[in-house]
Amino acid sequence: MAEDLYREVILDHYKNPRGHGVMEDADAQAEGVNPLCGDEVSIYVQFADDGETLEEVKFSGRGCAISQASTSMLMEMVVGKTASEIAGLPKEALLEEVGIPLTPVRLKCALLGLGVLKVALHRAKGTPLPDEWAGLDELELT
Amino acid sequence: MVVTARTSLDAQKLRADFPIFEQEIHGKPLAYLDSAVTSQKPRQVLDAMRDFYETSNANVHRGVYTLSERATEAFEGARQKVADFVNAPDVREVIFTRQATEALNLVAYAWGLNNLGPGDLVVVTELEHHSNFVPWQYMAEKTGAGFRMLHVNEDGELDLSGLDEAARDGNVKVVAANLVSNALGTINPIEKLAAWAHAQGAIMVVDGAQAAPHHPVDVQALGCDFFALSAHKMCGPTGVGALWGRREILEAMEPFNLGGHMISKVRYESTTWGELPHKFEAGTSPIAEAVGLGAAIDYLNEVGIEAIEAHEQELAAVALERLGEIEGVTLYGPPADRRAGIVSFNVEGIHPHDVAQVLDSEGVAIRAGHHCCQPLMTRLAVAATNRASFYLYSVPEEIDRLVEGVQKTRKIFG
Repeated sequence: MAEDLYREVILDHYKNPRGHGVMEDADAQAEGVNPLCGDEVSIYVQFADDGETLEEVKFSGRGCAISQASTSMLMEMVVGKTASEIAGLPKEALLEEVGIPLTPVRLKCALLGLGVLKVALHRAKGTPLPDEWAGLDELELT
Repeated sequence: MVVTARTSLDAQKLRADFPIFEQEIHGKPLAYLDSAVTSQKPRQVLDAMRDFYETSNANVHRGVYTLSERATEAFEGARQKVADFVNAPDVREVIFTRQATEALNLVAYAWGLNNLGPGDLVVVTELEHHSNFVPWQYMAEKTGAGFRMLHVNEDGELDLSGLDEAARDGNVKVVAANLVSNALGTINPIEKLAAWAHAQGAIMVVDGAQAAPHHPVDVQALGCDFFALSAHKMCGPTGVGALWGRREILEAMEPFNLGGHMISKVRYESTTWGELPHKFEAGTSPIAEAVGLGAAIDYLNEVGIEAIEAHEQELAAVALERLGEIEGVTLYGPPADRRAGIVSFNVEGIHPHDVAQVLDSEGVAIRAGHHCCQPLMTRLAVAATNRASFYLYSVPEEIDRLVEGVQKTRKIFG
């Protein structure tokens, strides 16, 4: 069972996170924490010349394998998409990519990065936030 | 079995009192190593609560009928048991609350709001659970008082040499500390802190939630002014806790919750408060839960609190030694002979939640997180730790399984 959860792709993203780093002068940025695990994620976005398309994304942070691996996967998913496309991206799309059975507690780990990215885009572009994160300037999942 | 720790109580036999161990988790026997967060409940406690509901249920201090008298007797009997358990001089000094958190909030609001102001200081410790940290931080901010923190040393023990520094720029009015740290198992020198607090003219508020289940408590010997406990950590039910407070302070205090039962006279113009302890028990109390707490105290007394403590310390010593032998494991907190049955550790490169998840698949339950002690985690420069904690029903085989599970985790994360 533990092996199912920590399948190879998760461990690979955890150990070799994609898009890991800090971006100076990002066009959009947000950070969030999951107080339960103490997971922390910051996400930085640079837009293309059209001001809509995500040209480059980076994340930094620390936390459990699920939170860091899922954020790493998210980085690969969102490059080339527009802010409004990501605002409309259902959480299921990321969870499908993560592809492991998650308890409600670990679901928060897996969705931290997506929430932070949506908050960053909301701040920069005013894109809508899902109801559960509405009104947040800094994401704190509880 | 690798471990053959000698214990002064028969944990294997006591386990039979706890129905929860009659199940398997993921096809394996349950190794419950998270008693610091909440304990399991023996049949004796469950039976006492069921019996109360089936034979004596009524509201207390209300009716003149037999059933209400019976309920009142059971409820007040539980209060006496709590008073005896902490060696309170007067049973009226014991107030039932929802849990230790509410007990500490009661003091922070009912005492703090009316006695703190600019120029005053509240001193808490770096080892505090948020329940004895956040209410004081909040009350200091509300009243304009200063808020200071007493730091820990490398072993996770309080550095008392920082006390005078903490008191330098104000009048210390409150010193708040736990008797046993829930995160590290450190046993704090409350007697010394209380003496220092009183020398400053301050009150000493003790969070005893982690101590009461495992460590003999004598509020008079501790010299504190308030002591809070939670039933659910000591074999009792959730939903009830208790505050012991020094009578003259409680009597001078304003009430906390307002409403039914806590009054003396209610007139349109004004209301006067009831006597202790009723002044602080507005509304219907958790009656069956209090009866359950009383039964839990009977159970702990029967097993013997000293035997429980000795048993847990032996298990903690074994766990510290065995975990310390694993490559990449960092242990936190004081040496085995100066701590309660709590072992906090980290495995290099693996987040505690991942360790706990793998252990769960082996049927081993440990806590992974910040343990409601974020200031301490900051001091230790970690986001979280793994924590194994023991109780009277913990057995050495569970430490074997913990160690095996940690080794398996390391293998998965290779």
